[in-house]
Amino acid sequence: MAKVLVVTSGKGGVGKTTSTAALGAALATAGKKVVLVDFDVGLRNLDLVMGAERRVVYDLINVVQGDAKLAQALIRDKRVPELHLLPASQTRDKDALTEDGVSRVIAELREKFDWVICDSPAGIERGATLAKRHADVALIVTNPEVSSVRDSDRMIGLLDSKTEKAEKGERVEKHLLITRFDAARAGRGEMLNVEDVLEILSIPLLGIIPESFEVLRASNLGSPVTLNNPLSAPARAYFDAAKRLNGEALDMTIPSDRKGLFGMLFGRRAA
Amino acid sequence: MKLFDYFKRPRTAPVARERLQILLAHERAVSGKSDLIAILQDEIMAVIAKHFPVEQDGIKVKMERGEVISTLEVEIDIPTPMCPKFPLPEKPAPGEPACAEGVAEAAEAET
Repeated sequence: MAKVLVVTSGKGGVGKTTSTAALGAALATAGKKVVLVDFDVGLRNLDLVMGAERRVVYDLINVVQGDAKLAQALIRDKRVPELHLLPASQTRDKDALTEDGVSRVIAELREKFDWVICDSPAGIERGATLAKRHADVALIVTNPEVSSVRDSDRMIGLLDSKTEKAEKGERVEKHLLITRFDAARAGRGEMLNVEDVLEILSIPLLGIIPESFEVLRASNLGSPVTLNNPLSAPARAYFDAAKRLNGEALDMTIPSDRKGLFGMLFGRRAA
Repeated sequence: MKLFDYFKRPRTAPVARERLQILLAHERAVSGKSDLIAILQDEIMAVIAKHFPVEQDGIKVKMERGEVISTLEVEIDIPTPMCPKFPLPEKPAPGEPACAEGVAEAAEAET
């Protein structure tokens, strides 16, 4: 049974695309058939983060409008066999996404994949509305920072009213992913801690991704952090989150890259 | 003294948390309320439209929440020629066009 997951936040720049790529790669590594769908029409970036920017021929809009078949637009990842990307259009307007067209594409993807992961654009406009419309599961990506938490709260409200499931009287399953978390700063009372964010938003926690230079390093290279350095702290946090998405119950930990004295003196990371 | 201040930097996270809690309590109340009002507006509109051709923006729904009772105010504008069953009063009060500004309902509901 396929699951449609929307990665959303309201606020931009919190790590939706990074998280979509990292979780998708983690799920595919675990043997699931995964497709990542970029809904950010006009400002696509998932192709770049996945390192597939030069392989885009057809895009979501072409498929929605019937100019290309789904199979022509899907880009197969060269590193993980069961990972696919459906890019957004860079030149077209988001109004080219029709509601009927999107439902048709999502229905077709449901037949072919285990996980359909929709990378939502920031904001609450058309692209974001359509991305979450058919979701079974929503992942709300939040930074421990006031504007991000506020926008996430608004997005949670919209998930409870403006989705296909909500209109049928059902509930979209919601999870929180806290990204760019700095345990040391939270410990010093300089950053909202995990309990604060959970108490305010009151939805279940899927994972805590620590702030790490590994994320930028991976996006520089066009590789999800879970593939580029699977042993790094953010990658381990994403792998755990992916396992929880598959229903595994794991203890919640915040992985750390910090090395002990020995590591600092002798440790050289193999790049 | 300054060195001491450096080690005792103020904890700002509790302030962020409190500001968010207050703001979101308010925002959730507002968005929940406006949803209800939008639903009421649509449903009242459907009932009135069976009898009078009213414009979509001819209905104003307002809710004021008080401590003991809350008031729901519904104001519906109906174009005068469309309500022939209710003749104009002989001397309409100045500045108060009779049938045209029919204040249809002012219900009171307990919270």
